[in-house]
Amino acid sequence: MTDVTAAPASPARKTTSLYEVSARTRRRNAAEKRFRFYGLSAVLLGLMALIVLLSSILSQGMPAFRQTYVVMDVELRADKLDKNGNRDPADMAKLTTFAVAPLIKQATQTVATELGSDIEGLTDKMVGAMISKEAPGQLLRFVRANPELIGTTQSFEFLANGRIDGYFKGRVTHESAEMDNNISVQQLDLADAMVAEGMMETRFNWAFLTAPDASDQRPEAAGLGVAILGSLYMMMVVLCLALPIGVASSIYLEEFAPQNWLTDIIEVNISNLAAVPSIVFGILGLAIFINFAHLPQSAPIVGGLVLTLMTLPTIIISTRAALKSVPPSIADAALGLGASKMQTVFHHILPLAMPGILTGAIIGLAQALGETAPLLLIGMVAFVREYPAAPPEGLFDPATALPVQVYNWTQRSDPAFFERASGAIIVLLVFLVLMNTLAIILRRRFERRW
Amino acid sequence: MPGTWLFLILVTLSVLGYIMGHRKAVSVSGGSNRVMHSLLPYHGWNVGLATFLAGLFVMVVAALGRALMGVADGNNIALSVLTLAGACAAFYVTHARIERGYRARDGVEKMIRVILILASSIAILTTIGLVLSMLFEARNFFGQYPWTRFFFGTNWAPNFRGDSDLGMLPLLWGTLYVSFIALMVAVPVGLFAAIYLAEYAGPKLRAVAKPLLEVLAGIPTIVYGLFALITVGPILRDVFAIPMGLGESASSVATAGLVMGIMLIPFVSSLSDDIINAVPQAMRDGSFGLGATKSETIKKVVIPAALPGIVGAILLAASRAIGETMIVVMGAGAAARLSLNPFEAMTTVTVKIVSQLTGDTDFASPETLVAFALGITLFVITLGLNVLALIIVRTYREQYE
Repeated sequence: MTDVTAAPASPARKTTSLYEVSARTRRRNAAEKRFRFYGLSAVLLGLMALIVLLSSILSQGMPAFRQTYVVMDVELRADKLDKNGNRDPADMAKLTTFAVAPLIKQATQTVATELGSDIEGLTDKMVGAMISKEAPGQLLRFVRANPELIGTTQSFEFLANGRIDGYFKGRVTHESAEMDNNISVQQLDLADAMVAEGMMETRFNWAFLTAPDASDQRPEAAGLGVAILGSLYMMMVVLCLALPIGVASSIYLEEFAPQNWLTDIIEVNISNLAAVPSIVFGILGLAIFINFAHLPQSAPIVGGLVLTLMTLPTIIISTRAALKSVPPSIADAALGLGASKMQTVFHHILPLAMPGILTGAIIGLAQALGETAPLLLIGMVAFVREYPAAPPEGLFDPATALPVQVYNWTQRSDPAFFERASGAIIVLLVFLVLMNTLAIILRRRFERRW
Repeated sequence: MPGTWLFLILVTLSVLGYIMGHRKAVSVSGGSNRVMHSLLPYHGWNVGLATFLAGLFVMVVAALGRALMGVADGNNIALSVLTLAGACAAFYVTHARIERGYRARDGVEKMIRVILILASSIAILTTIGLVLSMLFEARNFFGQYPWTRFFFGTNWAPNFRGDSDLGMLPLLWGTLYVSFIALMVAVPVGLFAAIYLAEYAGPKLRAVAKPLLEVLAGIPTIVYGLFALITVGPILRDVFAIPMGLGESASSVATAGLVMGIMLIPFVSSLSDDIINAVPQAMRDGSFGLGATKSETIKKVVIPAALPGIVGAILLAASRAIGETMIVVMGAGAAARLSLNPFEAMTTVTVKIVSQLTGDTDFASPETLVAFALGITLFVITLGLNVLALIIVRTYREQYE
C-alpha cells in the first residue's frame, strides 16, 4: 500500500516528453554523428592518399618526358677524323671519342664567342660542360655512318647537360647554381641567350622511351629502352607458362580431382603460395634457377620463371572462379548427349569460361609487371646498355625490367635520376592502366551472367 | 641454346606424329568415322601427344639425372639422342597400333589427364623448392655460424673479411616496428572506411569509393617506395623530426610505416567490408528494434559478430607488412638498430636479404648465406600468420552458414 502512495510523491523522477530531446539522447545522437564522421573521414583519407600519391609521382615525373637539346653546327674536320684522307670504314671504326671531342669543343667555343662575350667569367670549359658527355659518342656514330660528309659542316642536335636541362624544368635555379659545383650562373645566362637565338630547345623526349640506360655522369641520356624490352620478354615468358599451367591446374582441381588428401594438400598449397612474400620467390630463383640450373644471371628467362611461379596462384584462383561460374546444366547437357568428361570440359566449359580466365590472367600479368623485389635477387639490377637480342636467344641475354630500373635510378646520386625514376613510374603505370582497362573491357563485353 | 633446338625438334616430331596418325586412321577407316572406335583426329592426337610426352619425360629425367650426378655441362648429344629415341619409340608404338577397334580417345584423355595432374603438382613443387632451397643453404649457414648467436644476437655488423656479428634481433625489431606503425595507420582507416562503405554509404558513393580504394592495392610497391623516398621522407623529416630534434634522416621507420600503412588500407578495408556484409541483417534489425542507434548497433552487434573475420584480415595485412620489401628498402634505411625513436633509420629482415644477396656474392661465406636463414625465418613467420588467419576466418564462417 505504501508503494502506491510513495510513487507520485517522489520528486526525483522527472517527466520526459518525446518532443523534447533528453541529455542522454543528445549524447547518443552526437556519438552517432561522430562515428559517422570518423567513417567518412577514413574513406576520404584513403582517397586523399591515392590522390597525393599519384599527383606527387606525376608532378615529379612529367619533366622526364621533356628534354633540352642544343642545336649547333660542327665542322667535321678531315684532319681530325680522317688523317689518311681515304674515308676507309676500317679507319673510321678505330676512331675514339677523343678524336671527335675537339670538334665539339671548337663548335662550343664559336657559340661562346658569339653569344657569351658579355657574360662575365664565362670560360671555355664551362661552355663545353653545357653539352652532355653523350655528345662525342653521338658525333662518332654519325661520322661512322656517313664518312662521305667529312670535311663539311653539319648541324647537330646534342643533349644538353642534366643541370642545364634541369634549369628549363625548374629544378635548377640561379640560387641553387651558386651552391652547386657542377653548374655556374654564367652557364645559365648563356643557356638563356642560346634559347633566345633558337639554339636550345626543350621538347618531347622520345629517347627516354627507347634509349638504353646511361652511366652516373649523364642522367640526360638515360632511357628505358632495355628495361621495357626486358619487361616485355618476361611478360612473354609469364604468359606462355603461367596461363597454360594455371588453366590446366585449375581444370584438374575444379573438374577432375578426387576428394582426397593429395587434392587437399594442393589446394592449401596454392592459397599459401598466394600469400608468400615476393622476396622469398627471389631466393628460390637465385637458389634453383641460377645456382642449381646454371641459367644466366640478369636474364629475362629467369625473371620470367620466378614471376610465373608467383603469378600461378593468382591465375589458378581466378580461373577456378571462372570455371565454377559456368552453370552445371551445360555440362549435364553435353554429358547427356554422350560427350566424354574431357570433351565436355574442353568443348563447352572452357570456351564459356574463357573471358573470365583471360581477365584473371591479365590482372595476374599486371601484378607481375610491377613486381620488383624478386628481380633484385636474380641480378636484374645490373647496368645493361645493350639491347637483348630477339627471342628465343634474347631471353638469355642480360636485361633489366621497368620497376628494377626505377629502383636502380633512385640509388644514384644525381637528382636528375629521381626525375627519370618518376618518369619511369609513369610509364609503368600507363602499362598497368592499359592492361587493367583491357581486363575490364573483356569482362564487360564477353562475360555472361547466367 | 641446344635445349631450345631439341625442344623444337620434339615439337616438329609430334606434329608429324599427328599428321601421320591421322593419315593412317583415314586410310584404315576409308575416310568414314563410323567404323572406328574413336573420331579420326583422336588417332592423330594420340600419336602426337604420346611422342611429345615420351620425349619430354626422357629429357627431364635425363637432365635431372645429369644435374644430380653433378655433371655440369657437356654430354648434350647423349641427352638429345636419348630424348629423340624415346620420342621415336612412342611414335612407332602408337602409330603401329592404329586399327578399327583401337581406343585412341581413351589414350588421349589419359594423357591429357596426366598433363593436368602434372600442372597441378607444380604448386607443390614450388613449395618444396622454396623450402628446400632455403633449408639447404640455411643449413650451410648454421654450420658456420652458431644458431644461438643468429637468433638471439643483438648486433648486426656483417664484415666481408669474416668475423662478423649476424644477430637477427635488430632486423626483427625493425620489421616489427615498421609493421606496427603500418598497422596503426591501416587498421583504423581501413576498418572505419569498411564500416562506412558497408553501413552508411549510399550505392553511388560506394560504387565510386570502393574501386578507387582498391586501386591502392593494385599499385606496385616500387611506386610506394619512390613515394616514400622523394615525398613522404623529406616531409616527415622537415615537419616532425628536425623541429622535434628526433633525427635528421629522411628514411626512417615512420616513413616506411606510414607509406606501408597506405598500401595496406585496401587490404583491411575490402576484407572487412566482405565480412561486415556477411553479418546477417536479422542481427542488425534486432538491435534497432531494441532502440539502439546505428553506431551502437555497429559497435555492439556487427563488429563483435564480425570480429574473428576482422582479426583474420588484420593478420593477413600484418603478414603482408612483414614480407614487404621495396617500401622498406627505399624508405626505412639500412642501419640495423634497436631503438624506439620512429624517426631514426632502421632496417628490416627483407632489406638485409636484398643487400646480402645483391652485388658480388660468395656462396661460401656466412655473410651471404645468412640471407637464406633470414629468408626461412621470414617464410615461417608469414606462413604462421597466414595459417592463423585462415583458421580464424574458417571457424568464423561456420557460425553463420
